[in-house]
Amino acid sequence: MSRALRAEWIKLRSLRSTWYTLACLFVAGLGITALASSRSARDAYADAGAAWDPTAHSLTSYIVAQLIVGVLGILVVTSEFATGLMRTTLTATPRRHRVLAAKVVIAAAVAVVAGQVLMVGAFLVGQPLLGRQGVPNADLGDPGVLRAVFAGGLYLAVIALLAVGLGTIMRATAGALATLVGIVFLVPALAGLFPSWMAGLFDFWPTLGGAAALATVPDPNFAHPWWNLAGMALGVAAVLTAAFVVLRRRDV
Amino acid sequence: MIEVRNLTKRYGPLTVVDDLSFTVQAGQVTGFLGPNGAGKTTTMRMIVGLAAPDRGSVTVSGRRYADIAVPLSEVGALLDAGAVHGGRTAYDHLWALAASNGLPRRRVGEVLARTGMASVAAKRAGGFSLGMRQRLGIAAALLGDPRVLIFDEPVNGLDPEGIRWVRELMRSLAAEGRAVLVSSHLMSEMAQTADHLVVIGRGRLIADTSMSEFMRSAGEGTVHVRAADPGALALRLSAAGAGVREGLESSLVVSGMTAGDVGRIAAYHGLALSELTPQRASLEDAFMELTAGSVDYQGVTS
Repeated sequence: MSRALRAEWIKLRSLRSTWYTLACLFVAGLGITALASSRSARDAYADAGAAWDPTAHSLTSYIVAQLIVGVLGILVVTSEFATGLMRTTLTATPRRHRVLAAKVVIAAAVAVVAGQVLMVGAFLVGQPLLGRQGVPNADLGDPGVLRAVFAGGLYLAVIALLAVGLGTIMRATAGALATLVGIVFLVPALAGLFPSWMAGLFDFWPTLGGAAALATVPDPNFAHPWWNLAGMALGVAAVLTAAFVVLRRRDV
Repeated sequence: MIEVRNLTKRYGPLTVVDDLSFTVQAGQVTGFLGPNGAGKTTTMRMIVGLAAPDRGSVTVSGRRYADIAVPLSEVGALLDAGAVHGGRTAYDHLWALAASNGLPRRRVGEVLARTGMASVAAKRAGGFSLGMRQRLGIAAALLGDPRVLIFDEPVNGLDPEGIRWVRELMRSLAAEGRAVLVSSHLMSEMAQTADHLVVIGRGRLIADTSMSEFMRSAGEGTVHVRAADPGALALRLSAAGAGVREGLESSLVVSGMTAGDVGRIAAYHGLALSELTPQRASLEDAFMELTAGSVDYQGVTS
């Protein structure tokens, strides 16, 4: 297992695309936080009133960050299928679950570290800018802030795992990415159109209930936001289980 | 040593490999021959566990491939030279492979040197020519110093010098006591490399024979004769039981008779000969004849 891990780590860091994607993650993530902390923040504050949550406002860049982290997770798998490298990899490691397990661990580790750094960075970049606009802002030491920032990193890691699972099941970058976009963007955008019995599902859906923990002001809809995140992780675990099964069963 | 037993693989209604059995022995090069679409690549993918057989089994050195603890040190396979990520350098590609099997990193430098790739080790594989990719694939196959080697069409895309290098590499690997399985759809290539032949067509075994046996069975060949009076000679030869047909430029092509006998008959009847050439049957012809019934895509010569 440690051999497979080492191999996956060498593979991930020896690609320039990995580093470009990570650079993109920080540029986009921090850039969006900065843009969201401009004059527009005053309107947001005025709209929110008592529910104003400066921490959550800075962490909203997770919405774009999850897509970039997702791309990274997808590519960890689909780049091997696209080039045929998967055949070489699985010839060298015929116990296929080891290969996928190693990819899962590496993707999660990279995503949790990068995601955590990004979330802390977004907070540290966002709060002083909010202060300059004259709206109430928060400090890392304020109650609930560290927890929310930590939840952001964790959330991004779970999305990376979802992406690894989708990449393994679809085997094609385009298909996996379209599915990921559908899950994290389209379904939340269209949530109002779905029948009410699906609301229970949306409590644990990415970008919806799953992201409720990225805040300090509790959302009345999600009394225990960590349970929502845990529920989302459970759903991702189900996708990963399916990924392990299909990787074992299919010819490559 | 590879043992293939009653291997069968279906894709939908199509039976790609059909009850195939053969053995690849150590210390020799086994040529795996068949027209395009005969099932060679599918068979090789089943040997290394990439595709699951519908029936039958494959063992390498007596074990199922998936049960081998360090696969690269048992089997080295080049199935598809393109199976490399174009954004990764040759060195990193091999390093990751070596790490996956716990092989020491120095092996990477060694196989790069053996395949003549040392100078491009730090270059990204995306810029490699097909020939360089083949060499990189061969380097990957040699990484674990394996006892069994499997190469699928290794000379595709190589220049004459590269082809000769691969041929010599195969010979030397077999001479070191390893089992080498090489597929090709070119008989002429096999004739210079293989000790043993496994010929398949439409997924079925057509021949499993030593190279020398195959050459013998390829027929005794024909004799080219040119005579001052071809008509008279043809008459005498067919009277003696030989098959005679007209060749190019009023020569005769004689089958079923040795050159010596043709000469004796001509001398006995006082017929002057200007040329007498025994022609060995071409292996290519023998191969074509053998697989004629099992070619999927046949062109028509007009």
